[in-house]
Amino acid sequence: MPSVCQEEILAMQRCRRGSAEAFEVLVNRYMKDAYFIALGLVGNREDAMDLSQEAFVRAYRNIKQVKPGRKFFPWFYQILKNLCISHLRKRKYRRASSLDGENCPQVAAATDCFSPEAVARRNETKDRVWQAIAKLDEKHREVIILRHFQHMSYEQIAAALFCNKGTVTSRLYYARKKLEELLGTGKGGGINDMP
Amino acid sequence: MTCHDYKDMMMGYLDNELTDEQRGQFAEHLAGCPECTGELAQFRKLKAITDEVTLVEPEDRLWQDYWGGVYNRIERGFGWIVFSVAAILLAIYGGFKVIEEIVKDPTIGMLLKAGLLALILGLAVLFVSVLRERVYFWSKDRYRNVRR
Ligand SMILES: [Zn+2]
Repeated sequence: MPSVCQEEILAMQRCRRGSAEAFEVLVNRYMKDAYFIALGLVGNREDAMDLSQEAFVRAYRNIKQVKPGRKFFPWFYQILKNLCISHLRKRKYRRASSLDGENCPQVAAATDCFSPEAVARRNETKDRVWQAIAKLDEKHREVIILRHFQHMSYEQIAAALFCNKGTVTSRLYYARKKLEELLGTGKGGGINDMP
Repeated sequence: MTCHDYKDMMMGYLDNELTDEQRGQFAEHLAGCPECTGELAQFRKLKAITDEVTLVEPEDRLWQDYWGGVYNRIERGFGWIVFSVAAILLAIYGGFKVIEEIVKDPTIGMLLKAGLLALILGLAVLFVSVLRERVYFWSKDRYRNVRR
């Protein structure tokens, strides 16, 4: 997660005047973050690529909304997150109304279709963790993703979520408690089964 | 402070987000509280297995084509707006021309005139309704529409 530098401030100014080249600078800077966050939120690579690119398109169209001197990423993150969440809702609705649930029958949550192929060097434990993350609700999943996959500091997470550090802390606490519960790693759970 | 007050600090302790003073304070509490010590151990294990999970890095080609994909969508969106505006203007112009000619033409009977006008009106309503649906769909689900 790069910090804001002079280059970014200049790029934002030029974008506001309609420069697509300046926007390219921002896209190249944040495309990986955008893609991996989307992947963490929606769980499969094709949708993550599609949604992250669409988020940049929407950001470009609305770049004038960002006040001069403000950071690009927290603002962009809202666009990306909203796209991903509405995508998940639609996917849930589509699955409820059609019967194409055969592709991923094992999970019936809102966030199903989390593809195990998204995880690098898979093993049974990682697959279980990934499926448990899929079962978290959106606001808890996002803090886990930002912290564990994006390695963001509490301060960066707070900026992206427009909340204070205390909220980040308590969401992380509940998200991790929930993960322990889902994985059975809590008190008296099957922690010893985990390699 | 009670154990509950230390819960928030526990996350900061786990994630190395505490100041030295807070760290010391929390460590002191841990020394005298087996319950928090146990809970912290569970969290440590969870953190360790969660940190093991990393996501697959796409091929370099995808990163090289990334900006191209974004740019195409930006351009396509603009093209679609221009196309829609032009289509609406042409349809309105054509509609007026046809109506004008039908009304002026003395060889066309009243009943046929009424029928033709109703037909045009019906088409116009359908056109607007389809267009509205497209615009609605497009704004709700834009990224599906412009998908490569
Ligand atoms: Zn305690």
